Amino acid sequence: MDKGRVILDQPRMALTIDRLCYQLIEEFDDFSNTCFIGIQQRGVFLAQRILQRLDQAMDIKRIDFGKLDITFYRDDFRRRDKPLEASKTDINFLVENKNVVLVDDVLYTGRTISAALAALNHYGRPARVELLVMVDRRFNRHLPVQSTFQGIRVDALDEAYVRVEWEGIEEEDRVLLFGHKNEMDK
Amino acid sequence: MAAVTQHLSTRHLLGIKDLTAEDIHLIFHTSDNFKEVINRPIRKVPSLRDVTIANLFFENSTRTRISFELAEKRLSADVVNFSASSSSVKKGETLLDTVNNILSMKVDMVVMRHPAPCAPKFLSEHIDANIINAGDGTHEHPTQALLDAFSMQEKVGRLTGKKVAIFGDILHSRVALSNIFCLQKLGAEVTVCGPPTLIPKHIERLGVHVSYNRDETLAWCDIANILRIQLERQDIKYFPSLREYAQYFGVDRRALDRTGKELVVMHPGPINRGVEISSDVADSEHSIILQQVENGVAVRMAILYLLAART
Repeated sequence: MDKGRVILDQPRMALTIDRLCYQLIEEFDDFSNTCFIGIQQRGVFLAQRILQRLDQAMDIKRIDFGKLDITFYRDDFRRRDKPLEASKTDINFLVENKNVVLVDDVLYTGRTISAALAALNHYGRPARVELLVMVDRRFNRHLPVQSTFQGIRVDALDEAYVRVEWEGIEEEDRVLLFGHKNEMDK
Repeated sequence: MAAVTQHLSTRHLLGIKDLTAEDIHLIFHTSDNFKEVINRPIRKVPSLRDVTIANLFFENSTRTRISFELAEKRLSADVVNFSASSSSVKKGETLLDTVNNILSMKVDMVVMRHPAPCAPKFLSEHIDANIINAGDGTHEHPTQALLDAFSMQEKVGRLTGKKVAIFGDILHSRVALSNIFCLQKLGAEVTVCGPPTLIPKHIERLGVHVSYNRDETLAWCDIANILRIQLERQDIKYFPSLREYAQYFGVDRRALDRTGKELVVMHPGPINRGVEISSDVADSEHSIILQQVENGVAVRMAILYLLAART
């Protein structure tokens, strides 16, 4: 069994997702010129959950949604031991002049988001880009990147590891904190 | 998600013979992603922005060279081109000296085409860069075989149990040899078909069927890969005339119609229209010749990307 500590359990996470939905409505109104881009792979799960909630509970449908893979844009290619396996990018619209909500599960060093912004440029010039994350780890940022909407803020040591789990992929919706990255290897 | 290994088992791409089936699947999986990249409004990713690649072509080439160069540029690599006709090779420099000179200018990868079989292997034993074989004499042409198999798979699904016929000049063709290795590793059944003078002796030891009859072979296969008659490599006459070759081994509309089934027709180019393939077949709905060219860039991007990861 995992040794991680649950810092957001299923009921709290449902509340958090609802709160994020309301914040998005406050910001983007009817979402007419807004699209969601989930970062592969785990940002996609969060984006899908939010869109599902907007649809079911608040009857907001037909928001453009794309999946963005940033593997080929990473700045640590050839600097790590393992090569990176790419996932699919699936964006069938241009982001030109749109409001983009970029969605990822955890914001930590900021490098993933920086790569995602570079990748996003290849789909047009967005009007603006906001960042939505489930977990914002405030320490150890390498780049000047900030989230606009965040589920929970976590102040943890550099060696700690935060994982967002989803029902259907893992056992249930929850956020776990591990004291050390090695602890989470099953 | 399909279980895919993350590493290629080799640092160089010298031939299909050295690759495992897992390597080939990894290359295809990565090529799928790059195919999406090259169909975007902006067809460029920054993956290889700190990598310098030398394209050394000691033999003429148009499409392979352009395809490699595009693949390199779409990965943001720095590219230097070299062709033997305009170089010091003409002044008597050896291959190793030429390459060492280029490498001392800090080149990370070398794409090489050379008329001598195994020249890339020789190079890989003496220098430190990743080597990619872009065709070595009559030995192998691995990237062509990979893009052929990738295109086949895209058209007909998994190749296990599929029947592929390779028509034409098997004797002088590096594409044929690489294709045979690649298709067999993916579980396909292969027949080579051509006049006896252009089929190497004992080729059946590679586990392929041999046929001298075009119509029987067309009736047998799901996919026909038609190779070019390489007149430039033929110093003696291997068949009486081009016209006779076209009559007995050329694939034309009538020959296809006689099979009464849907075949996939491929050709690695350049095409001798009216010799090994007629124009109406090359331009027909059966033909995936232009898809092969498009896939060539994606597959080469995948190979460069995966090899660059193995520094």
